[in-house]
Formats: sequence, structure tokens, C-alpha cells
Amino acid sequence: MSTEALTLTLVIITFLIYIFIGWWSKVRDTKNFYVAGNDIPAVANGAAIAADWMSAASFISMAGLIAFLGYDGTIYLMGWTGGYVLLALLLAPYLRKFGRYTVPDFIGDRFYSNGARAVASIATIFISLTYVAGQMRGVGIVFSRYLEVPISTGVVIGMAIVAFFAVLGGMKGITWTQVVQYFVLIIAYLIPAIAISFQLTGNPIPQLGLTFSDIAQKLTNIQVELGLFEYLAPFQNLSGLNVFAVTLALMVGTAGLPHVIIRFYTVRNVRAARWSAGWALVFIALLYTTAPAIGVFAKYNLISTLNETPIEEARNIEWVEKWESTGLLKLEDKNSDGILSFSPGEMNEVTIDKDIIVLSTPEVAQLAPFIIALVAAGGLAAALSTAAGLLLAMSSAVSHDLYYRIFKPDASEKQRLLVGRIMIFLAVLVAGYFGIKPPGFVGEVVAFAFGLAAASLFPAILLGIFDKRMNREGAIWGILTGLIFTMAMILMMRSTQIFGTDAPVINDFLGINAQGIGVVGMVLNFIVAYIVSRRTEAPPEEIQQLVEDIRIPEGVAQESNS
Amino acid sequence: MNQTEKQKAYWKKNIGLIRNLLIVWALVSYVPAIFFAKPLANVDFFGVNLAFWFAQQGSILVFMALIFIYAVRMDKLDEEFNVQEKSTDKGGSA
Repeated sequence: MSTEALTLTLVIITFLIYIFIGWWSKVRDTKNFYVAGNDIPAVANGAAIAADWMSAASFISMAGLIAFLGYDGTIYLMGWTGGYVLLALLLAPYLRKFGRYTVPDFIGDRFYSNGARAVASIATIFISLTYVAGQMRGVGIVFSRYLEVPISTGVVIGMAIVAFFAVLGGMKGITWTQVVQYFVLIIAYLIPAIAISFQLTGNPIPQLGLTFSDIAQKLTNIQVELGLFEYLAPFQNLSGLNVFAVTLALMVGTAGLPHVIIRFYTVRNVRAARWSAGWALVFIALLYTTAPAIGVFAKYNLISTLNETPIEEARNIEWVEKWESTGLLKLEDKNSDGILSFSPGEMNEVTIDKDIIVLSTPEVAQLAPFIIALVAAGGLAAALSTAAGLLLAMSSAVSHDLYYRIFKPDASEKQRLLVGRIMIFLAVLVAGYFGIKPPGFVGEVVAFAFGLAAASLFPAILLGIFDKRMNREGAIWGILTGLIFTMAMILMMRSTQIFGTDAPVINDFLGINAQGIGVVGMVLNFIVAYIVSRRTEAPPEEIQQLVEDIRIPEGVAQESNS
Repeated sequence: MNQTEKQKAYWKKNIGLIRNLLIVWALVSYVPAIFFAKPLANVDFFGVNLAFWFAQQGSILVFMALIFIYAVRMDKLDEEFNVQEKSTDKGGSA
């Protein structure tokens, strides 16, 4: 079978599995629809969180991003894993004890305010929407690259699959498909990594190959020889201050992302919430400790294969020819000596797109076509699982928080379930639209998602649990300060992409860039919330009792909305 | 010990544990990989340097360990104070 036929077969098989799970887990009440009936085992929830969390970008682009940032790529490695420690220790167990459906649920109840609920809902919708557009795009790109169908057709196919299991199965359908998707994506990621690690270092375990062989040192030496940056040395591409700020912003932002937080509502009890955070990080770390190894291996391989190679000879290599035709690899003989050379600046003759680092690994390592098909299925699994989680977070903020909790508290169970299904279907359509017609700044707005989560939701939830004296006024002013400051800063720093100005209105804030600015917003949120709360009335007695109650695992969380 | 005192003691122990674990969290990430990155980049660690290893491998391994330590210690604390969730059946739907 040709690689394409194999890919198509494998993609269809995995899609049939997802559809089957959606049908098998169809739900009939809101509790199953929003939180899978609180019945997900800790390990399964860990795998679901990992699939929910690791997006098309983690799967396809991250190793490449790290390969280009070198040491400073740690912002993504530590930033996107360290947040789970915060989640496990500071948020997850208490939110599980609280035991409702959404993030705005907690903020609205804890701060006894529908205003706070509405602000949290809007933040949730905005954060999830900016994030989901990129996922649908990722689905389209995988389809177009591996199966040569137009991107828009790929997006529509992806939408149909997600719509099926999300509308029918709600959180229950999403959870069990995510568990399967995790295994598809991690196998697809590890097999090529193990193969290339064995080829280059003689050690089949990529993490050990990276640490115990001299490959990273060799890469650093070549890079220095060519005048590129020193791969193993810190702060070559970002300032130390920015590495610090961005890492912290991504950690805190991770802990504040609604689609990750709501996964902790789905387990049986507080204990399971703690353990599932641990399992989640194990499953995530499997990919996140492999990515930097792939980055080094693939970059070393690309440079040593292509540098000082006659251009005609290079073009005879099969994968070079293939990836050059996609535009992700550009070979130009600028000085007309017939020989390729890497160099910093204008005269560089080989341009490598970051996505090629993962996508080309199976071919560079000369693996069977089956593995190439597997990587395509893995990329789709990563994109679809993240999209599904985001769609649920987004639609539950509308159907549960805005519609039921604010506008129509007397809605019947049946009405609520119907509105939930309609909303998730609408969310799929909106996400699909953005996938086909992405706003030019999609890549830029991911900074928004993390920045806003760090500056608004994370501090509000944290204070709601750990500061009994925190009241409605403090929380609302804190959230608004964090949101407005962070949003204004990112809009000004990214104005060239968003508004089309010639130069950014400001370049940075005290040296901190757009990716790290959420940290400043978070600090402002904490300060404002503290000052305002201490100058206004303490929260009512029953709210203080609620705080006492969520701090211990024992007892059934009250369900005032029954 | 009455109910309120018991809850207070439990919460105090929990806060202490969280604080200690977060100190380790900062010690393995920000300290070797960012604050002392320059000096530690000169210390060899097998095929890479020590700062790089913490930045791209070690910190993540310690993060995992921290969450499991917290889960195990809290299981014990819950039992000690007898506040664990006894039943998984929450009964009824919201």
C-alpha cells in the first residue's frame, strides 16, 4: 500500500473508534453532559487531561520551536509542565470538593455575584475561543499535508467528528475519546523519537540519548562554527528576565485554563483529583521530555546532512525533495557555488520551518510508511482532543453559566440538556469558521489565552480558596484590573498583527514581552483584590462556611442548584 | 478536639506541606535553570551542562514527583484527621 492509502486507512480506523465511543457514551442528563457523572477513574482522567492539554501545537510544533530557541526553549518545557504542580496543590482538590460544573460556577458562587459569574464566563469563552481556532486549523493542515485534500475540507471533516461525539456524549464522550486519543498521539510521537535516538546516539531512550551522549555538545559546536547561537548556553535568544516572566506566565496560565480545570470535576472525589493531576503530568512529561531530545537530534541531522552538501546532491535525497515541495524547507544557492551552507543572516541558504522537525523525523530516520501514517493520525488525535475539551468549556460557560445560572434559573433538566447540546454544536461551527478563515493574528492570540487566564481566573480562584476574607468587591475589581491591563498591553505590543500598525505601539513593559505580561497582570490582580477586599465588608457567614467546607475532603458538596 | 479546631489543625498542616513543596518547585526550576543558569552552564553534566539538564529534563521529573508526594502525604493526613471522603456515591443529580 502507498503511504497515502495507509494514512487514509489509519485515519479512518481511528475516526471510527472515536465515533463508536461517542455513540457508546451518549448521555441523558446534565451531570453526565458537563462532568461525566463524576465517575472517571483517576488514571483515565490523567490521560484525558494530557490529551486535552497537548494540542496540535505541542505535537507538531513544539520540538521545532525548542530546536530554534535552544536552551531558552525551556520557557515552554517548564512553563507548560510546572503549572500542573500549581493545579494539583492549589486548585484541583478544592474545586472538586466544591463539585459543580464550570469555572464561572465557582467564581459566581464563591463571590456571591452574578456580575462575577458573567465576567468569568466571558473570560472563559474568550480564552477558549482564541485557543480552539488554532486546533481546527491544525486538523485542516494535517489533512492537506498527508492526504492532499484542501484545508477547508479537512476542517469540515474534523468538525463533523467532534460534533458527533461532543453533542451526543458531552463530557463523558469527550473524556473517553480523549483517553484513546492520548494513546494514539503518544505512540505516534515516541516511535520516530526512539528510532532517531537509536540511530544517532545508540541509546533507544531519547531522554537518555540526549543526556548521556555527546550529541548536544556536537550540535552546539557545529552551531558555533557556523556562527549560529550556542545551543546549550542560556539566554541566547531571550533575556533572562523574559525567560523568567514567560515561564511563570505559562505556568500560572496553564493552571488557570478553564478546559483543563473542568476536567478535575469529572473524577469521583477529592483524593482522585489529586492523583489524577499526578497521572496527567506523567502522561504529559512523556512527550515533554522527549520533545527537547527530538529537537536536538533532528536539528543535528538536518545541519549535518545539508551543510556543505552540493545542492543537486541534496535534492536527490527523497525527503529533501518532498519537504522542499511543501515550502517548509527552502534551499537557495545564494552565492552560486553549488554548495549549501548554513549561516546567520542574509546569506543563509537553508531555511527550515519549525514544523518540519517533527513531521519529517520518520522519513529522515527512514522508518516504514506505516509510521508516517501513524504520525498523521497522532497529529489529528492531538488537535481533535484539545478542540473537544475547549468546545465543552466554551459552550458550558454559555449554556450553564449564562443561560441557566443567570437568565433562566427555573429551566428544566431537559431544557438545560438541549441548550447544552445546541451550544456545543454552535461552538463547533464557530471554531470551524475560524479554522477555515483564520483571523490573521491567530498565532499571536495564543499569548492572550495564557495571559488572560494568568491575570484573571487563576488569582480569583486561588483567593477564593485560600483567603476566607476575600469578598465580592475585591474579586471583581481584581479580575477587571488583571483583564484590562493584560489585554491592553498585548494589544499594544502586537498592534502590527492585530491592527496593522507599522510598528508596535510599545515594544515591551519594563522589558517583559507579550507572552510574559500575564505575570504583571496577575500581580496587579492580587494587589487590587487585597486592598479593595480589606476596605469593604467581609463576605456573608454562609460564604465563609462554604470556604471552610471546600477545604476538607469529607462530606458531600452542597448542590444548591438542585 | 472539637470540629472547628480539628479543621484548623488539618488546614494548617496542609498549608505547611504546600509551602514546602512549592519551595522545592521553585528550587528546581527557577533557581538552577534561570537565576543561576550562567554559572551552572559551565558545570558539566554527562553530555550536557547542569543548567540545561534542569531546564529541559530535570525540572519536569521533579514536578511529577512533587505531585505524587503531595497526593500520598494528603492521603495520610486525611486518614489521620479522619476527613477523607467515605462514599463515592454522591446521590442524585444536580
